[in-house]
Amino acid sequence: MPGGDKALFVEFGDAIDPAINLRVKRLMQAIAGEKPEGIIEAVPTYRSLLVYFDPLRISLSALKDKLYHLAQPQAEDTTVKPRVIEIPTIYGGEFGPDLEFVAEHNHLSADEVIKIHAGRPYLIYMIGFLPGFPYLGGMSSQIAAPRLDTPRAKIPKGSVGIAGNQTGIYPVESPGGWRIIGRTPLNIFDATREPPALFQAGDYLTFVSINLEEFARIQEAVAQGKYVPKVRAME
Amino acid sequence: MDTFEVVQPGPLTTVQDLGRYGYQQYGVPSSGAMDSYALRIGNMLVGNAENAASLEITLFGCQLRALQDTVVAVTGADLGVTINGKPAPQWQAIPVRKDDVIAFPRLNSGCRAYLSVAGGFSVSPVMGSASTYVRAGIGGYEGRALRKGDVLRTAKPMRQPAQVPIPHRYIPAYGNRITLRVVLGPQDDYFTDEGIRTFLSSDYTVSTQADRMGYRLEGARIRHKAKADIISDGIPLGAVQVPGDGLPIILLADRQTTGGYTKIATVISADIPLIAQAKPGDTVRFRQVSPDEAITALREQEKMIESVKLLLH
Repeated sequence: MPGGDKALFVEFGDAIDPAINLRVKRLMQAIAGEKPEGIIEAVPTYRSLLVYFDPLRISLSALKDKLYHLAQPQAEDTTVKPRVIEIPTIYGGEFGPDLEFVAEHNHLSADEVIKIHAGRPYLIYMIGFLPGFPYLGGMSSQIAAPRLDTPRAKIPKGSVGIAGNQTGIYPVESPGGWRIIGRTPLNIFDATREPPALFQAGDYLTFVSINLEEFARIQEAVAQGKYVPKVRAME
Repeated sequence: MDTFEVVQPGPLTTVQDLGRYGYQQYGVPSSGAMDSYALRIGNMLVGNAENAASLEITLFGCQLRALQDTVVAVTGADLGVTINGKPAPQWQAIPVRKDDVIAFPRLNSGCRAYLSVAGGFSVSPVMGSASTYVRAGIGGYEGRALRKGDVLRTAKPMRQPAQVPIPHRYIPAYGNRITLRVVLGPQDDYFTDEGIRTFLSSDYTVSTQADRMGYRLEGARIRHKAKADIISDGIPLGAVQVPGDGLPIILLADRQTTGGYTKIATVISADIPLIAQAKPGDTVRFRQVSPDEAITALREQEKMIESVKLLLH
């Protein structure tokens, strides 16, 4: 599908589905690997890849041929396991003012909410809305909660929230209406870092519950540029 | 070198180049000059690379004092530019002396003027670009719009400024009525035939909600077949998004990278400068063209820029 004269949408389906998203990710990786002449950048989303190109360097038909070729499944695909990035998070208290609400709303204890939220992998379908904001899939409906009626003017950077069936992290301070249940000391987005986000679309995140001392220690290490995020391969 | 001091910033003056590429996958908008044609010509006039950082000056009120002798060019909107109170020409290189005051006192036509300076403005690039993305505090001058008292540095000029003004035919006229050529899609199939006809045959008015992120238009409502929401996908430059209220929004340089509303069409690249120079109250019409026609229009615009380059050097 055309997006004007400098962008082309490659659509793999019309659903929020990990299998569709995986095809988006693979085409993204194929483009990043081969860097075809005339392609400027690409934006992976739930179910399509938006490819920006220079029509004076590559014709639309040549681009379509190229993308069709790159989108063919490669044999090695099955052997590459996605990455899981650990997001240490302190739950509740001043860092997660809505944890109690989410618990009461779902007739659970705060500890049960934490247990359900942490320790499971969430697929990053795409990054958007704010620089570094991950759209995550896979949250349990047992801890779903409605948005605030009146959004807060300021949500601190690193806040972890729930809105409906979704969970996410605020990468920068921002206004917002999500129910905030915790905060990570990690800088998930840093404009001066290369790449600026800790993760990319197609990776998985997992939240790890930490206490106040661990929060302070990690925050200090992050400030000194000494913190190395924990990353493992998906099982 | 400290070259200018901001006496008055005006409503929104930012440092911009041709934009930031490769980071939309991380949610970072491309930003850059809204009117890239004006920016590129301005830089050519003062002997810079086309992508050099310049000031994008929105509407009137900005005043700058030169801290040393230099050469500037003002392109884009006609904001009645003066030097020490005397009218100064646009679309040509003009020498400026230390202590001269360059002012942009009134809006004659267009919306955004560009001030390019010999050597280009010197700011630390962020993710490969000097462009300012104010919403997230990224790039440009401390990630923000200019304020009174800011001191702007410039780099060493690389080559001589142009000795001649550019011929009239290369200077755009910014009227109050514009026609934007569009390529339909990617979600034109979400609209009724009547909805598409409404879109292509109505006069729309630029609302007061028009900024670097996007222009909200007012006018006839465009009917969807059923829903206005999609599973979020990417948003190209110039995408015309139509949310549930049926009123189109043209998404521009600081647009968010992804979104969940239907996009009926995309404004062709060659016409982006036209909408960039439109202001609240102006009238906009849309005309459908094929992707091939859009590319032909882009090629013609690039030829014009090449011709200017040959004329100037």
